[in-house]
Amino acid sequence: MNLLMEIGNGALAITATITGIGLVFAALLIAKLISPKSFSVKKAEPYECGIPTRGESMIQFKPGYYIFAILFLIFDVETLFLYPWAVIARSLGPQSLLCIGIFLFILILGLAYAWRKGALKWT
Amino acid sequence: MFDFGILTSWFNTLLTGCMPGWAATLVECVVIAVLVLVAYALLAIFYILYERKLCAWFQCRLGPMRVGKWGLLQVFADMFKILLKELISLKGTDKFLFKLAPYLIITSSVVMFACLPWANGLQIIDYNIGIFFVLAVSSVGVLGILLAGWSSNNKYTLIGAMRSGAQMVSYELSLGLAIITIVLFAGTMNINELVWAQNDGWFIFKGHIPAIIAFLIYIIAATAETNRGPFDLPEAEHELTAGYHTEYSGIHFGFFYLAEYLNLFIVSGIASLMFLGGWMPLHVPGWDGFNAVMDWIPSIVWFLGKAFFISFVIIWFKWTFPRVRIDQMLAFEWKYLMPFSLANLVLMAVFVALGWHF
Repeated sequence: MNLLMEIGNGALAITATITGIGLVFAALLIAKLISPKSFSVKKAEPYECGIPTRGESMIQFKPGYYIFAILFLIFDVETLFLYPWAVIARSLGPQSLLCIGIFLFILILGLAYAWRKGALKWT
Repeated sequence: MFDFGILTSWFNTLLTGCMPGWAATLVECVVIAVLVLVAYALLAIFYILYERKLCAWFQCRLGPMRVGKWGLLQVFADMFKILLKELISLKGTDKFLFKLAPYLIITSSVVMFACLPWANGLQIIDYNIGIFFVLAVSSVGVLGILLAGWSSNNKYTLIGAMRSGAQMVSYELSLGLAIITIVLFAGTMNINELVWAQNDGWFIFKGHIPAIIAFLIYIIAATAETNRGPFDLPEAEHELTAGYHTEYSGIHFGFFYLAEYLNLFIVSGIASLMFLGGWMPLHVPGWDGFNAVMDWIPSIVWFLGKAFFISFVIIWFKWTFPRVRIDQMLAFEWKYLMPFSLANLVLMAVFVALGWHF
């Protein structure tokens, strides 16, 4: 039972989203009104270590993170498929074990493959 | 247990009696928005003070003591100070993404916050896929952190954001699997039904061994999800100054700070909801007198008490364990925690299929 059943969850989710956006917007507005403003070339530089910044910062980056992102994608979709099964597993009984066992076996095989290939090793 | 549904339906009939239906809905939405904001702000204030005092006690200090009695007004002073600071706009930043990042982070935490049940009937968003919705919204927060680090045009923020992104997506898997274990046991994803299913004992007691393992996995993964404790390497201050929010100043930084504390409350709230019964008092089947005494304590006290206790444990981690390295952190998740949570899920499936649970 939710707080106001008459409104419906969609409208409530939108209300919460607007509340979040409104909070940030209002706080930024207040800060803009009362905070001091100044400009200096030095102040606008990135905060790094004192000596002038060299080169761009929006660069191509270490591929190690990328491999973990791909692995995450595979296993996140897997958990997505597990949710509907989890809800009805109790009514399916022992048969549900067999169904999900095959699914999980293939996935664990995938993890084992990635592990063996050295994808999980940080270089 | 007091049912807040009575209060809200009375309020609804009162409003529909004196104005057309759409106006009543609008007024109710505004009231809800104000309530959410007030609760959000109060909890943020409480949590900042809670963490500072606990940190101080773990280090044998007193913590903030000067502003107000026992430093109670310190947070308000900090809030005004942070509002008065200049919002520095930097050279070379991606302005749109730089400004979008705080919106994403705060909005995702407000929406998750609105999903938590505080008491019987005192819950705002109640989808039938409730807990799944919470997890889905929590992923938007990762996006905000990645954008913040990328758009700042600073090497430290880039490294911090990449670490944070890798960490949060990795530990999300264990978090999700620990939650699936409980969903499997309860057979529902609706948050309200999950709480009611714990009427005759919390899941951590009812679920036998797999529920306890899932609880431990959840606590570890939640610590990593909130970038805290031994897993705070995205903002390792001696390597990366302040991680992904280095370039944010004034209230812009304040949003990240706010979201961090509220996310701590949200993960603790979900832990209490999934494992420790949410707002459900401690019930033991058969002990009717004991149950009646437990019912006498308000459900808000139960919910907040459990959430604050789990937050205490997570803060405790921070001051007990040294910070891990990035390779250790990723290896721990992918080589130990993930296979363990999968095995735990299978164990729970066996227990449920064979009926070996209370």
